[in-house]
Amino acid sequence: MKTRTMFQAVALILAILFLAAPAMAEDVIKIAFIDPLTGPFANVGDMGLKHFVFSADKINAAGGVLGGKKFEIVPLDSKVSPKESLIQLQRAIDEGIQYVIQGNGSAVTGALVEAIEKHNVRYPDQQVVLFNHAAVTPSFTEEKCSFWHFRFDAHVDMKVLAIVDYLTSRPDIKKVYLINQDYVFGHSISAAARKYLAEKRPDIEIVGDSFHPVGKVKDFSPYVTKIQSSGAQALITGNWGNDMTLLIKAGTSAGLDLEYLTFYAGGLGGPTAIGMAGIGKVYQITEWNNALCVQYDNKVDEKRYLDFKEKYGEDLFYSKSEVLMDMLAASMNKAGSADPKAVAYAMEGMEMDTYYGKAIMRAQDHQLLQPLFVSRLVKQGEGFAKYDMENTGMGWETVKKIDSENTATPSPCDMKRP
Amino acid sequence: MMENNTMENPKLSVGQVSQSQSMLPYFVKTGGLFLAAVFVAAILPKIFDSRFALSMFNQMGIAIIFALSYNMLLGQGGLLSFGHAVFYGLGGFGAVHVMGMVNNGDLALWTEFLPLAGGLFSMLLGFIFGFISTRRAATPFALITMGIGELLLASSLLLPTFFGGEEGISGDRMTGITLTSFKFAQSIEVYYLILFWMFVCVIAMYLLTKTPLGQMANAVRDNHQRAQFIGYDPHKVRTFQFTLAAFFAGIAGGLFALNYEMVTAENLGMVPSADILMMTVIGGITYFFGPILGAIFITFLQMVVSNVTHAWMLYFGLLFIGMVVWAPDGLAGLIMRHQPIWKANRMKRILPAYGLALAPALLLFLGVIILVEINFHISLSIDPEAPLSIMGISFRAQSFPPWAMGFTLVGVGYFLFRKAGRKVSRAWNTVMAEIKQEGV
Amino acid sequence: MSEFIIFSLLNTLIYGLLLFMLSSGLTLIFGLMNVLNFAHASFYMLGAYFAYQVSLKVGFIPALFLAPLGVAVVGMLVERYGLRRVHAHGHVAELLFTFGLFFLLDELVVLIWGRNPVDYQIPAFLDFPLFTLFNSDFSAYRGFMLVVSIAMFISMYLVINRTRIGLIIQASLTHAEMVNVLGHNVPSVFMYVFGAGAGLAGLAGVIGGNYLVTEPGMAQALGPIVFVVIVVGGMGSLTGAFVSSLLLAGLQTFAVGMEFSLADLFMKFGVNVQSDGIIGDILRIQIANTRAMLPFLFMIIMLIFRPKGLLGVREE
Repeated sequence: MKTRTMFQAVALILAILFLAAPAMAEDVIKIAFIDPLTGPFANVGDMGLKHFVFSADKINAAGGVLGGKKFEIVPLDSKVSPKESLIQLQRAIDEGIQYVIQGNGSAVTGALVEAIEKHNVRYPDQQVVLFNHAAVTPSFTEEKCSFWHFRFDAHVDMKVLAIVDYLTSRPDIKKVYLINQDYVFGHSISAAARKYLAEKRPDIEIVGDSFHPVGKVKDFSPYVTKIQSSGAQALITGNWGNDMTLLIKAGTSAGLDLEYLTFYAGGLGGPTAIGMAGIGKVYQITEWNNALCVQYDNKVDEKRYLDFKEKYGEDLFYSKSEVLMDMLAASMNKAGSADPKAVAYAMEGMEMDTYYGKAIMRAQDHQLLQPLFVSRLVKQGEGFAKYDMENTGMGWETVKKIDSENTATPSPCDMKRP
Repeated sequence: MMENNTMENPKLSVGQVSQSQSMLPYFVKTGGLFLAAVFVAAILPKIFDSRFALSMFNQMGIAIIFALSYNMLLGQGGLLSFGHAVFYGLGGFGAVHVMGMVNNGDLALWTEFLPLAGGLFSMLLGFIFGFISTRRAATPFALITMGIGELLLASSLLLPTFFGGEEGISGDRMTGITLTSFKFAQSIEVYYLILFWMFVCVIAMYLLTKTPLGQMANAVRDNHQRAQFIGYDPHKVRTFQFTLAAFFAGIAGGLFALNYEMVTAENLGMVPSADILMMTVIGGITYFFGPILGAIFITFLQMVVSNVTHAWMLYFGLLFIGMVVWAPDGLAGLIMRHQPIWKANRMKRILPAYGLALAPALLLFLGVIILVEINFHISLSIDPEAPLSIMGISFRAQSFPPWAMGFTLVGVGYFLFRKAGRKVSRAWNTVMAEIKQEGV
Repeated sequence: MSEFIIFSLLNTLIYGLLLFMLSSGLTLIFGLMNVLNFAHASFYMLGAYFAYQVSLKVGFIPALFLAPLGVAVVGMLVERYGLRRVHAHGHVAELLFTFGLFFLLDELVVLIWGRNPVDYQIPAFLDFPLFTLFNSDFSAYRGFMLVVSIAMFISMYLVINRTRIGLIIQASLTHAEMVNVLGHNVPSVFMYVFGAGAGLAGLAGVIGGNYLVTEPGMAQALGPIVFVVIVVGGMGSLTGAFVSSLLLAGLQTFAVGMEFSLADLFMKFGVNVQSDGIIGDILRIQIANTRAMLPFLFMIIMLIFRPKGLLGVREE
């Protein structure tokens, strides 16, 4: 009977109407978390959400902000689409939300920054601030910098600079290969690597600079062949997701004897997919790793790591979520209100002690400066790698710490303040 | 092959009226319906005045044009395209570049006409791609459109000047050059502009189905050899149909550019192409108004349901497959199937059977939802230990009762629904038999 | 240079054979049932996930046989209770059905195994370098992949050309009605062929899933390229699929080595092109960067000028 489907459709709508039951509370400061929560990148968004909820819970448990107000993270699905995230922004504004956290997809960040700039001019009584926790295109704190945007992740140039800093302590490496995804992000890594290598390690020869299509390459063997014949000793890549794991897998399977200096090998199934073959060869550049608490004997951080693991069954990976939430709370307390403009002014130039050094929100361009760590994949139990990642039996060994001040790159930002 | 037996359904031509009927009441009826739609659309934002609702209405308006243009290919031309969003996206890029030129002072064009610029740009490219891809219909056509879609998507990152790389091209719709008194600072002004273009496009596409080209498109779809014998070149007919469909898709893209003030390469990718295909099919391709229903319904589903449950894609997939299997004529087909009964004033004869089927259908669906949500909560939510809430009732997803409840509901619901389904079909058959006896 | 060529040939062979394994089932299904199965790559994904699940319990070798079997059963169920129902509504409906199935299977996989890649690794007994050539290892697993895929090609060839079942399949390909009249149950032939096709894709998943990555996006990543393979090879032609798999793999592999653009070409002739805008963009594209586009370009050209493909027998 074909009419059956119609009933199903009706039933669906009814069921959905019942499902929605929003709860409202008075002394709550809502923060929209606009990141992918369905679709192929939902794992990234989910992981971020867990971290932010965890950090917000911690602040709430300690008494909240502004004398007792609590943070509430409102997850909104961006589907990594600029269009969807603009709609979600409207939704957030509908709900009276004035703080937005977002990080995945530079296209999304770009769209949100522009929309928020326009919105804040057109509706000065409902202004919105954006906290960017992962979009690393430098221009957001350079040419396109905005008063309403704060970035809590080191951008491309800073990360590359940190990697090159590490290379200065490795005089044995003479030949470096650059392999990146063929779009703006990959090209900016290649450009930054060329620039900083020429400045700090002019003796290093760049033996290759390849770009491959984003997310389209299944078998990286042809690239590995090219890298192999170039005689490179190290490889710098900003690849994320499958492009990163497939590259490393193809390399280790061909017995490629070099070091992989990556941005994103650390989480989201990366260690799982790379497997034991990556031990001693794969590096990541992050603001935190799970060996630091052992190395610096920081019990508070260790407890935080274990708490997170107990609660979500996964490894803490983003420490910057806590920096972001703490800094937001501190700015609100400093400003004495939850008004976005006042909070944004209070946040400018703010300094905060984190577990392993100072975090500074640079007033000039709203770029957070925080210590960065280069770490290497090692067998669990070796050195300080007391804890592993994703139950793989592999952990991290920190090989270089770069202090906040030394991560800074100059910014041409000329901030227009309201 | 495919094109010969795509639609065995003869009732295709849109709004067809039998010869014996006078045309006048028909036009009064259609016109009245149309005016009512305009009225409802005009006051909608007054009733639902949140920004989110307005964003949704804007998106719906755009989707309606886009879906109707898609149906010019699939429904009217029998051309299954997997890359129609190419023209949606290109129209958007065309419009946003023109917007930039207006802002730079290189060009003077009323903001209200920017969508038209997008449409013309798409039309130009639509003619080229259409000429290439429509030599054959069926599978080769479907694959060429898919290939063109992939090709353009891949090249979008390689041609940053036109596509703006990952971040796309953004613009400012407040160019200051407008025909009306609108400044387009606010979404509500964009809403009325979208409404205007939507109605213009709906009328234009409707009238197109009445032109010789529209009729020939149907003929070529149903039997391209016969069409060829009577002197029409199927390739030519398809090319024109394709070009016009690209034009309307381009207008939809232009409206997108105005509404969001930016266009990214995702607009011409596989995702919007698949979306529009699903919208049109769910709405129903055999009737002109089918895609309109589909666009409204699916946009609602995508925007509202996706905020309620993260399992929305699963429901969406189930709905789509359900429609393809059980209701290939889509929502519009389900409605129009009741037309003869409605006309014969016998709706009340089958409504009791429907009512009887409604309760088990609800049970069944509730059961499915409970099971999906429990599973989703356990394996994918960020905190599976937290209580899950369905219809205001909170419970632990890991506990036994909700599982038992879900399976029981599905079992009982399915059993009763089968029974009620037989009742419905019996009532249906009786009524139809009666109508046939009396009517003809 | 010889090093580059030898390795590129090896890479072509391995990637090409993987592609062939994936597309052979699809081309068979298309040839027989005239259905372009959009969800074919989903069966590949299912194969990888089944193999992961089975190998957790009983190891890789049993998984090599059990997982494709499981996928084949899923395929048969899909044909029997899904495709056959929509068959009456015509080919567009069938296409749409498989299209919806593709989405649905994606979501179900996510629901069961989550969104992150699963830990499906190459078995330890195959995880060693087989031989070393120009300082580069050739892993045993890659050799294993070669053996499996060639064995599959040969056995498939034999089944189709040397057995009675193959005879019926071949006859159904061209004269379905006649075969039906002769007393063979064509619908059930369809069901078994669909199951077998799905199983082949599943086998590709088993050996490709750990060589590459097993994650929910793997079907979407390989879906379109498989269509390219069967279109270029000629829809319904097994040998065509074999040739075009290797051809496309070669095209993509060798393109990687070509890092020069039109602008470089002009430079060779002493013309220095310094242009901005879209022309400049086009001139600056390196051949290596068009790697993702080449197959589709190839497919479109093929469809326009030779729609029956390289070795296809029928005109659409």
